[in-house]
Amino acid sequence: MESRVIVVTSGKGGVGKTTTTANLAAALARMGKKVVAIDGDVGLRNLDVIMGLENRIVYTLIDAIDGACRLKQALIKDKRIENLSMIPTAQSKTKDAVTADQMIKVCDELRADFDYILVDSPAGIEAGFKNAAAGADEALVVTTPEVSAVRDADRIIGLLESMEKSPIRLIVNRIKPHMVKKGDMLGVSDVLDILAIDLIGMVPDDESVVRSANTGEPLTMSSDSPAARAFKNIASRLVGNDVPFMSLESADASGGLLGKLKRALGL
Amino acid sequence: MSLFSRFFGKEEGSGKTAKDRIIMVLMQDRADISPELMENMKRDIIAVIKNYVDIDEERIELDLEKENTSVALVANIPVLTVRRRKRRV
Repeated sequence: MESRVIVVTSGKGGVGKTTTTANLAAALARMGKKVVAIDGDVGLRNLDVIMGLENRIVYTLIDAIDGACRLKQALIKDKRIENLSMIPTAQSKTKDAVTADQMIKVCDELRADFDYILVDSPAGIEAGFKNAAAGADEALVVTTPEVSAVRDADRIIGLLESMEKSPIRLIVNRIKPHMVKKGDMLGVSDVLDILAIDLIGMVPDDESVVRSANTGEPLTMSSDSPAARAFKNIASRLVGNDVPFMSLESADASGGLLGKLKRALGL
Repeated sequence: MSLFSRFFGKEEGSGKTAKDRIIMVLMQDRADISPELMENMKRDIIAVIKNYVDIDEERIELDLEKENTSVALVANIPVLTVRRRKRRV
């Protein structure tokens, strides 16, 4: 199988890029794929704690790039799941510590050993994001159903398109179905109308995400919470399976139907 | 936004407001219509209209508005007096 390098990005911070990266990496590994997740957020290292691997860091991505170690030495093998590895970044350096060319080289080198290379991008649209995305073939854009997050997603999608990433697919995170039902939150269909890219998953707002971040165990390793199922479904769609979208859709559809009715009545 | 949708706005919930706002914001982002450009356009429109009618320049509203699926440039220009035209006898 040809390996795929996928950047997980969003524009806006705090919408769930790192959580998404960690959960998809774990889910793909559980499906038997060889996976490595790279922390692309130099200076603001987070993927290690979300994946619960912070105590096992010896070398970082930056050390490998600087030639202080081989790339394989920076790889941390997750002992809980076979086939899952992580490459941490440096906490002490700044975003200038990596160049786009170096990221491309790292990603290409990893293709030899992994099926999926997931790069967790920093927030923003500057060099950090561009470097993280440089080596990627395709992109996952994470957003939440909020005005600011959707706006930033639109900006990022434009940049990813100009970088010729393909496909670019959307994950709508932290949906509160009851609020969507009441019409007090954007539904997935609204977000899709606006951004006009393919949807690969929607993830309900779920307290289990907070607990999993507390313990450093990605949900897709063991949990069967709604968010865990949503992330597993996304992983399955990434691999190419045709997985129907979860029942969140029905919550969304009711709001959408009401909207359509009102529009039909000219309201 | 029409009077009707304003009237029924409460019933629709803030999700609808969010969608309308994003669409407006993205329209500007994508078209790169900066507030400065809007101001310039406003100034030029005022200059033209002033040739015909006296208007209240302070109270002019110029906005991009979304009506169903189309976008309109909507101007609200309060007219103070209409100038008397010189008429040929």
